[in-house]
Amino acid sequence: MHSPKGLSMFDTQLILPAIALSFKKLAPQVQWRNPVMFVVYLGSMLTTLMFIQALVLESHGSHGEAPAGFILAISIWLWFTVLFANFSEALAEGRSKAQAAALRSAKQNVPAKKLASASRQAAISITDSQSLRKGDIVLVEAGDMIPADGEVLEGIASVNEAAITGESAPVIRESGGDFSAVTGGTQVLSDWLVVRISVNPGEAFLDRMIAMVEGAKRQKTPNEIALTILLVALTIVFLLATVTLLPFSLFSVHAAGAGAPASITVLVALVVCLIPTTIAGLLSAIGVAGMSRMMQANVIATSGRAVEAAGDVDVLLLDKTGTITLGNRQASMFLPAPGISEQQLADSAQLASLADETPEGRSIVVLAKNRFALRERDLQGLQAEFVPFSAQTRMSGVNLGARQIRKGAASAIRSWVESQGGKFAHEVNQMVDDIARRGSTPLVVADDGRVMGVVELKDVVKGGIKERFAELRNMGIKTVMITGDNRLTAAAIAAEAGVDDFLAEATPEAKLKLIREHQSAGKLVAMTGDGTNDAPALAQADVAVAMNTGTQAAKEAGNMVDLDSNPTKLIEIVEIGKQMLMTRGSLTTFSIANDIAKYFAIIPAAFASTYPQLNTLNVMHLASPESAILSAVIFNALVIMFLIPLALKGVPYRAASAASLLRGNLLIYGVGGVVVPFVGIKLIDLLLQML
Amino acid sequence: MSTNALLQVAIYLAALLLLTKPMGLYLHRAMEGRLPVLGKLLGPLERLLYRVSGVNPQQEMGWKSYTFALLLFNAIGVLAVFLLQRWQGSLPLNPAGMGEISLDSAFNTAVSFVTNTNWQGYAGESTMSYLTQMLALAVQNFLSAATGIAVVIALIRGFARHSVATIGNFWVDMTRSTLYVLLPLSVLLAVLLMGQGVIQNFNPYQQVNTLESVTYSQPALDAQGQPTLDGDGKPAQETITSHTQTLAMGPVASQEAIKMLGTNGGGFFNANSAHPFENPTPFSNFLEMLAIFLIPAGLCYAFGLMVGDRRQGWAIWTAMALLFVTMTAVSLWAEQDGNPVLASLGVDQTSSALQSGGNMEGKETRFGITTSALFATITTAASCGAVNTMHDSLTPLGGLVPLWLMQLGEVVFGGVGSGLYTMLIYAVIAVFVAGLMIGRTPEYLGKKIEIFEMKMSAVILLVTPILVLAGTAITVMLSAGLAGIANPGAHGFTEILYALSSAANNNGSAFAGLSANTPFYNLLLAVAMAVGRFGIIIPILAIAGALAAKKRITPGLGTLPTHGPLFIALLIGTVVLVGALTYVPALALGPVIEHLQMVAGH
Repeated sequence: MHSPKGLSMFDTQLILPAIALSFKKLAPQVQWRNPVMFVVYLGSMLTTLMFIQALVLESHGSHGEAPAGFILAISIWLWFTVLFANFSEALAEGRSKAQAAALRSAKQNVPAKKLASASRQAAISITDSQSLRKGDIVLVEAGDMIPADGEVLEGIASVNEAAITGESAPVIRESGGDFSAVTGGTQVLSDWLVVRISVNPGEAFLDRMIAMVEGAKRQKTPNEIALTILLVALTIVFLLATVTLLPFSLFSVHAAGAGAPASITVLVALVVCLIPTTIAGLLSAIGVAGMSRMMQANVIATSGRAVEAAGDVDVLLLDKTGTITLGNRQASMFLPAPGISEQQLADSAQLASLADETPEGRSIVVLAKNRFALRERDLQGLQAEFVPFSAQTRMSGVNLGARQIRKGAASAIRSWVESQGGKFAHEVNQMVDDIARRGSTPLVVADDGRVMGVVELKDVVKGGIKERFAELRNMGIKTVMITGDNRLTAAAIAAEAGVDDFLAEATPEAKLKLIREHQSAGKLVAMTGDGTNDAPALAQADVAVAMNTGTQAAKEAGNMVDLDSNPTKLIEIVEIGKQMLMTRGSLTTFSIANDIAKYFAIIPAAFASTYPQLNTLNVMHLASPESAILSAVIFNALVIMFLIPLALKGVPYRAASAASLLRGNLLIYGVGGVVVPFVGIKLIDLLLQML
Repeated sequence: MSTNALLQVAIYLAALLLLTKPMGLYLHRAMEGRLPVLGKLLGPLERLLYRVSGVNPQQEMGWKSYTFALLLFNAIGVLAVFLLQRWQGSLPLNPAGMGEISLDSAFNTAVSFVTNTNWQGYAGESTMSYLTQMLALAVQNFLSAATGIAVVIALIRGFARHSVATIGNFWVDMTRSTLYVLLPLSVLLAVLLMGQGVIQNFNPYQQVNTLESVTYSQPALDAQGQPTLDGDGKPAQETITSHTQTLAMGPVASQEAIKMLGTNGGGFFNANSAHPFENPTPFSNFLEMLAIFLIPAGLCYAFGLMVGDRRQGWAIWTAMALLFVTMTAVSLWAEQDGNPVLASLGVDQTSSALQSGGNMEGKETRFGITTSALFATITTAASCGAVNTMHDSLTPLGGLVPLWLMQLGEVVFGGVGSGLYTMLIYAVIAVFVAGLMIGRTPEYLGKKIEIFEMKMSAVILLVTPILVLAGTAITVMLSAGLAGIANPGAHGFTEILYALSSAANNNGSAFAGLSANTPFYNLLLAVAMAVGRFGIIIPILAIAGALAAKKRITPGLGTLPTHGPLFIALLIGTVVLVGALTYVPALALGPVIEHLQMVAGH
């Protein structure tokens, strides 16, 4: 599969169609959707008409409101302004579409083996994936493509989901539990599955992803609407300031008894320069690019609203297991009972664990090897008989002839030892309590009725996670760890991982309640989840990221799906959300700050003939009124082009306090926005002089 | 700036700073109806008023009913002022025998006083009876100021409350702000002013013989009171020689106090606070200047108290103070610098012990350059509009300062209530853009700024520019508008721009060269005043209602702090940028070109 990450920003594959699309987007019904750019669009038409009028008049020996060549130059650059804005949008959409196309290649019409009933033995009729309906049952065997999203009813199989996740390692899918969801377009590599189809054609997860990514269903987000309102208000203000200049200049010409009133062309140029075209032209591209960046992070958002909400997250709920800690507990220390050496304990513990295939059991073998170089022994040679863990005994272990070695929870070992006439030492009890208090799990080992000591099984906090949480704290986001552990254990791990808070002995109801509590305090809550029992909480959370490995119910309840199924991805999601808002805010500031220089360029030029004294305000010393106005218009158009990469990439985010972020961005986009056009307009003016 | 000027400004600011906190505490308590001493004294009266008018003070209102009550109350106010003017000829307390006021002027004045503008197309001492001054004009001075306080308190409640549908009771807010705030302060100030020589009587006008005969010329008026034109089309002048003078009398002090405290500005006399009976001494002048900013400054502090974080109030106060100091400095510099053309003619315009120097045209010698420039800045920073100097005679840049301060929306302390509520909208807009810049849905004081708030803020942002710019454009295109201009060239344009800016922002001061007591100006300006007032109050109350209904977000590290220097700078930047970008083209064709021409020696 062609990776969406592989596309560079200005791939020629993307640019040519984007240029074509820029012209197509000149249709009035498209322009109308962006009120600010619509003003530029109308202005371009008006100056074009003025040019034609001047041309006609000049051919009759008369003259228009300004030289035809000047009006033409202004008109051309005004049309460029519109086209550049169209181009930015087209380019952003093009990139998204390329990503969608990559996804779509995964979605082909494949043959499906439809079953008459939910059993492998049922009669098979061959049909194709498009004709499958919700509730149909299909059989998928090794080498088959899964025809549509569904749930495994029977069987276990390894599935290649690379088409969706880009991850080449196959995953296991089986009936029941949290690994029962399968996605259409993925391939079964071994064994077989009986799958109940859960969607109708066109509604599948992949279809929704493609629609979202293509931007076809992109609706304006609330913040985008609020910003558009502000931009429209500013546009009206500037329209007003410019339109009233016509009567004002008529009056001034009369009062000063000199010069000519400002021409329509100049006034249109002024209004286009003043209205916030930079942000308005790039606004749509910023929104599309935000979705696109999520896609690059392998996260599919079901709405732009969700992406925007991600930037606002105040509280992050994270599952302990798999997110904060490595999935499994690991043996970290041998604590021998009085009179027993550590090596003796390690020896017994290793023997008891050799046949134990659980991660905990394996970690004991590893620890024994690391501490005392105890090598694995051949169980056959020892005539060992493995005693598996059972719910009744709550122990596991090994019998070596008459020698019985057991490991298990303290209470289970105590009753076993005492039933054999042994003694459970007080010191051992103490160790067990200490370990529990540290947030670890004590595993007591007994050898032939004698307590050997305790193995500490520790939850291992993932490397680097503490730093991520510190970063989140700097961003003003509170982290809450969710765990089924008891309070004591949870508190210890929470302290070690550096989370702000934890929810111990969490039930789905408790999770839901916690989310509601935070929300009623006006907080925005984000969480990740994968299991069906997470679905209510996911539905309640403002930003809910379902793991792609999770159940269909979890995916339906969430508003984003993480294809990598990486719970720490939430942090990246928050950053992308923030970046999208920051890009809008920064470009708005930049756009408005630009106006100061444009006033200095155009006002003296527009009234040069009436009030030559106003040339004092021509601080840039632009060569002539015509070149001043033209330079401002050209700058205004080009700045859109120059800012396209920023709009698509987003303003860089760093985890810092709100005040320090604002100070930085104000300096770059506010102060920069004031200074840049002075330099830019002057340069363009110099270039125009050389031509 | 001279030492004198520095001292004057420093003393003024220090006095204001000292009074801000006590005034804020007082306002906060007064509006909650829990003043210790006055509450006991006037409480029974307050409750009696509720009983008589059938108001249940416990019953809160949603923003729509609050707005409806406010509009109804103000509409009745317009009608009352209008009728009193029309009927004053047959009503008592009219020793000078003033006749009825013309329809358009009476309407203009009614709207003007109800909207807290106090634009005066008429001259008080030759138009209004004592009864009209007291019962129509002074009453509205109280009620329009009380309306401003009510609106800003309702808006602050919107920020302070959460998840509720109501923003207070309009009748209670009006009663308390009038009874506990405006009345006691006015009595106090009136007594202080009388101590300085401001008159307070019902005497008929006095005829006095002057020590020497005076010869002066004035514009010749026809029977309708319109200026007549001479053969060249210029306004005709007639020369008059007089040995006597008529001194207008009246209950001045009582009206003067509320005129300043309520940022109304409508003078009892035509000369306003330049008149010795309204403003006799430098100390009375100081008191009057202080009275203008007293309640607006106190409201900043009360705002901090009500939202539970006094730093928020001080941040707004500081932003206002910084803008004020800057604008005052420009005004002082421009006026003290005088006119370079006069200097080239050998006129000494330097300041010395013997003369004030600078531009003394239109100024009272007892106030001089500094307190005149300071007064002009204060009166237009607030929506007062009282004047102790003739703004039309200010230097071009000295005139730009009051003009632009009004165009900024009078947010530098501003009108009673209106200054703070407009400034809070600027804060909302500043926070909106800043919030986006840090990657969060913008919030201010724990309230999210969303689509509805932005819509209403956009309306507020648009109302006055539309009135000012479109109004000026219409005026310069019509002969009825051009007829009022006294001065040719760019200055004539500024006169019109100033009139519209003053009316739409409810200031009331004027570049008095403009003859505005004509049906055209009376109607145009009345519309500008009414829309400029209520076109902003309605969306403000809508925002108050929307905010009150929102949840309150507890601030965290990710929240933008709105009490530090960064926010103050941002707020100032927003006010200045919006004001500059909107009005720069118009200002360039008015005061700016006038200044450049003056410097160039034209």
